[in-house]
Amino acid sequence: MRPISYVRTEGADGIDRAVGLVTADPDSHFLAGGTTEVDLLRQHVLAPNRLVDINRLPLSGVEELPDGGLRIGALTRMSEVAAAPAVQERLPMVARALVLGASAQLRHMASMGGNMMQKVRCGYYRDGESPCNKREPGAGCAALGGVSRTHAVLGTSEHCIATHPSDVAVPLVALDAVIRTRTADSERAYAIDEFFLPPGDTPDREHPLTHGELITAIDVPTPPLARRSLYLKVRDRESYEFALVSVAAALEVRDGKVSGVRIALGGVGTRPWRARRAEDALVGGPATTASFDLAARAELAEARTTPMNAFKPELARRTLVRALETLTRDGSQS
Amino acid sequence: MTTTAPTPVDGPIGRPLDRVEGHAKVTGTARYAAEVPLPGLTHAVLVGARVARGRITSIDAAEAERAEGVLAVLTHENLGKIAAQPPLLPSLAGSVAPGETFFPMQGDEIHYAGQHVALVVADTYERALHASRLVRISYAEEPSVTVIDQGRDQAYEPEAIFAGFVPGRTERGDVEAALGAADVTVDRTFTFAANHHNPIETSAATAYWEGDRLTLHDTTQGVTATQHTVAALLGVPHTRIRVIGHFTGGSFGGKAMVWHHPALAALAARKVGRPVRLALTREQMFVGCGHREEQEQRLTLGADKEGRLVALRHHKLSPTSPFDHWAEPSLGVAGQLYACPNYEGVYRLIRANTTTPTFMRCPGEATGLFALETAMDELAERVDLDPLELRLRNYTENDPASGRPWSSNGLRECLERGAERIGWERRAAPPARDGDWLIGLGMAASAYPVYGPNNPQRARARLYADGTAVVQAAVTDIGTGVLTVMTQVAAEALGLPVERCRFEGGDTDLPNVAAAVGSSGAGMVSATVHAAASALREQLVARAVGDEGSPLHGADPADVDVRDGRMVLRDAPGTGEDYAELLQRNFLPDMEATGSWGPPPQDAPFASMTFGAQFAEVAVDPVLGLVRVRRLAGAFAPGRVLNAKTARSQLMGGMIWGLSQALLEATHMEPRTGRWANASLGEYLVPVNADAPDVDVDFIEVQDTVVNPLGVKGVGEVGQAGVAPAIANAIHHAIGRRLRKLPITIEDIVAGGDEAPQ
Repeated sequence: MRPISYVRTEGADGIDRAVGLVTADPDSHFLAGGTTEVDLLRQHVLAPNRLVDINRLPLSGVEELPDGGLRIGALTRMSEVAAAPAVQERLPMVARALVLGASAQLRHMASMGGNMMQKVRCGYYRDGESPCNKREPGAGCAALGGVSRTHAVLGTSEHCIATHPSDVAVPLVALDAVIRTRTADSERAYAIDEFFLPPGDTPDREHPLTHGELITAIDVPTPPLARRSLYLKVRDRESYEFALVSVAAALEVRDGKVSGVRIALGGVGTRPWRARRAEDALVGGPATTASFDLAARAELAEARTTPMNAFKPELARRTLVRALETLTRDGSQS
Repeated sequence: MTTTAPTPVDGPIGRPLDRVEGHAKVTGTARYAAEVPLPGLTHAVLVGARVARGRITSIDAAEAERAEGVLAVLTHENLGKIAAQPPLLPSLAGSVAPGETFFPMQGDEIHYAGQHVALVVADTYERALHASRLVRISYAEEPSVTVIDQGRDQAYEPEAIFAGFVPGRTERGDVEAALGAADVTVDRTFTFAANHHNPIETSAATAYWEGDRLTLHDTTQGVTATQHTVAALLGVPHTRIRVIGHFTGGSFGGKAMVWHHPALAALAARKVGRPVRLALTREQMFVGCGHREEQEQRLTLGADKEGRLVALRHHKLSPTSPFDHWAEPSLGVAGQLYACPNYEGVYRLIRANTTTPTFMRCPGEATGLFALETAMDELAERVDLDPLELRLRNYTENDPASGRPWSSNGLRECLERGAERIGWERRAAPPARDGDWLIGLGMAASAYPVYGPNNPQRARARLYADGTAVVQAAVTDIGTGVLTVMTQVAAEALGLPVERCRFEGGDTDLPNVAAAVGSSGAGMVSATVHAAASALREQLVARAVGDEGSPLHGADPADVDVRDGRMVLRDAPGTGEDYAELLQRNFLPDMEATGSWGPPPQDAPFASMTFGAQFAEVAVDPVLGLVRVRRLAGAFAPGRVLNAKTARSQLMGGMIWGLSQALLEATHMEPRTGRWANASLGEYLVPVNADAPDVDVDFIEVQDTVVNPLGVKGVGEVGQAGVAPAIANAIHHAIGRRLRKLPITIEDIVAGGDEAPQ
């Protein structure tokens, strides 16, 4: 491992100090749970000269907001959020996405802010050597003609097809969460849809954050329909695997018609994929399998596949239909 | 988890004794090869080639050499030459056993991606790892072949595979004619992904020299295999090399052969004049200790209207390395399981830019039986027979290959018992439905050869004057429970309680045994331990009956029993004395005996096989493409069971491995670069606990008086054989589709059609 230095920040003024330290030094990175960062350091994918440990900053906890939403501190661990009664009651799809992610050990370590910042699992990005536009702009994309079973089919570009790996970001996108940050001289807020950038011509640019800008919290609205929501994750093994396809869905049906719906897809997009086309197709229409199917097809119409991931649009269609059928059938929260 | 134990027994053998080394392992005091603390220890990190074929054009090690703590950067330019490349022999032969007949860092040629091209030695692991990234190597790359599809046109038929032990072509009768005359034929092609072992402990060696004597701590299935191989490579007499390997953290074949790291560690230790620890990274485990090769098998069955086999043709195509004609012997057991007069088995190989493939748990049997038992299920459908009945109809008491009778069998009983345990009568009905899941049942026969060592094996038993015994043989514990089991065997033979026996292994200074591979460890080591302990007991009894001071003086040794360390007259148990009393009275600090055992001659009028049967209950969600195994029921006839608990654990582990092979495990080759694309435990999937179903392990007792003195046929691998086809056949029952590839994954199920059958 490369020799690096390490500094820990703590206390109330530690936030300013941490932001100041990283802002002033292009070779410093924040260190939160470290569950991605340390791997990538070891694999020489990330190359900071200094890690600024933020784990003791007062940024933990799930708080009520005056508008009924929840504010999740950036350093709250995934397992804490999953166990929070307010999250379980009002946002079952968030709780479910969390417990289906990673492993128990990782969920105890990994922070919510870090989850938003986690890096892609693309093997060509992670091997530190293959051509990768995300790691080295202009180098090319080895995944395009490579082993790409797990890669994205929505939001791809000719420069990058890496799948966004987060589970919990999928329901957060469906809920229009807001990412709050601090810079050296300001506080900012980003609508989550603007937080995850499509790869386009600049796959190295994954977020709008400036260097040294620190996520402090995630504000999550809790609309009533989210009480009846689910997260359905399809993968090869039962646990400890990223999604091949996942669906976060909340559905409200009145008199047999869809009165409200939120849908986002995971495992298929270069970003957590808000399924607005599907939502638009559904609202006001009948809550039937046929209309679910049409909505899913509308969402996936522009999917672009490789020979190895050609099964994904169809699997995503089926998973979305299943999720909506399940919500219609019994309001299951699983 | 349910298990029926074998018949209860009086003596220590067979009892479900807890592992004698369990405490050391769970408290971390058991030391593995990369944990040995040594004064002045240094750390070595390997650098792998980034191209799959070509030449090294330049090496710039200057920056690495300047890095803090670096002691040496070794490459082909300065490592020095090996003395000789030993031939590839299976480690069961007890001699040299290199993983491939190529040794790295001897020249500038690159044969496969990841080939070791440099070794960086530093004072700490982190510094060595850092410096390993600073070695700049340039290559002239040439086109490579790494997958079947790139080399299909260049396939050749080798004279022999598997180190020359298995002929490339085997024939009996006239397959062509028999297939032409068959009432029914099934002709199918099966494909298999490459697999890697991924034991939890990565391969590692710690080496140090004292003058011209070398000590190596190695992760290995056989310390003697490491000793002989490193001796040959270094040109050092093997008597000057001591190899220690008390514990190996899983192997599954990845440490059955001796790969390059122990010899490289020894060479590096000589260069830097200090002890060197060399541990492979997880990624390096994908190029540093072999793999189960990608393969394609075509299998053609011919049968009469009643389902009796008349012909079996089985062809295999697979990539091997540039050096060795290696294919796992997939055609062996599949050609011996059922009576069939006409047979043809042919291996074809493609020279590819990979390491030599190697043994991986159930090497060949698991893949060959997948082809055979999936095709048998289809044949059953074609002749309208219950799949179980088809197997019984083709049952044989003799090995179809040699014509000799099986030394023991049990297949019929295993099939019947397994069927009972899974509730096979449900198979006749359409699949049950449970919500979105369709429930299917499938079965397959299981079999694994009984291998024995080529040469006599030895052990030593010593009884001390305090009445405790130490029994020794050089076998390594690879996680199977061998230390526990051999303690039981020794205690039984000596007539001692197990608490007063200690078994020691894992050191070439101890009596020689071959590597514990091929499910043969328990059989061959128990034979020699039993021989040594029995010899010692006879010596002790003889001493007592000849001792005027003994209450047993003058007795016929045949009338003396030993119970709890006390020698007594069988008909007058009140008369006798303890071993300890005998030794103390005679001022004897200890008594010792050695024992040896050699396998039956090759022309013995028997053939040997371990049989079993596998049954699976599988839930399939055909819409989402999910397959989850709900229950596995296996029944096995492994001969004498030495420890009901460790035997059950091994069989259960094998069954779960079979599930893993069926549904998860695949290493994807990247043909453009010739590199394995998913060389990590994040992307190479093995089952997690949540994937493990209810596993029912059942024993069928058979007595085998041929294979070895205790009649032990082995449990390490037969648990895996037949699981994958049982699962595939259950998927067929559930959704009506036959899948002929491993692993069977979501896209295979989803590709089947639009929606679930209603």
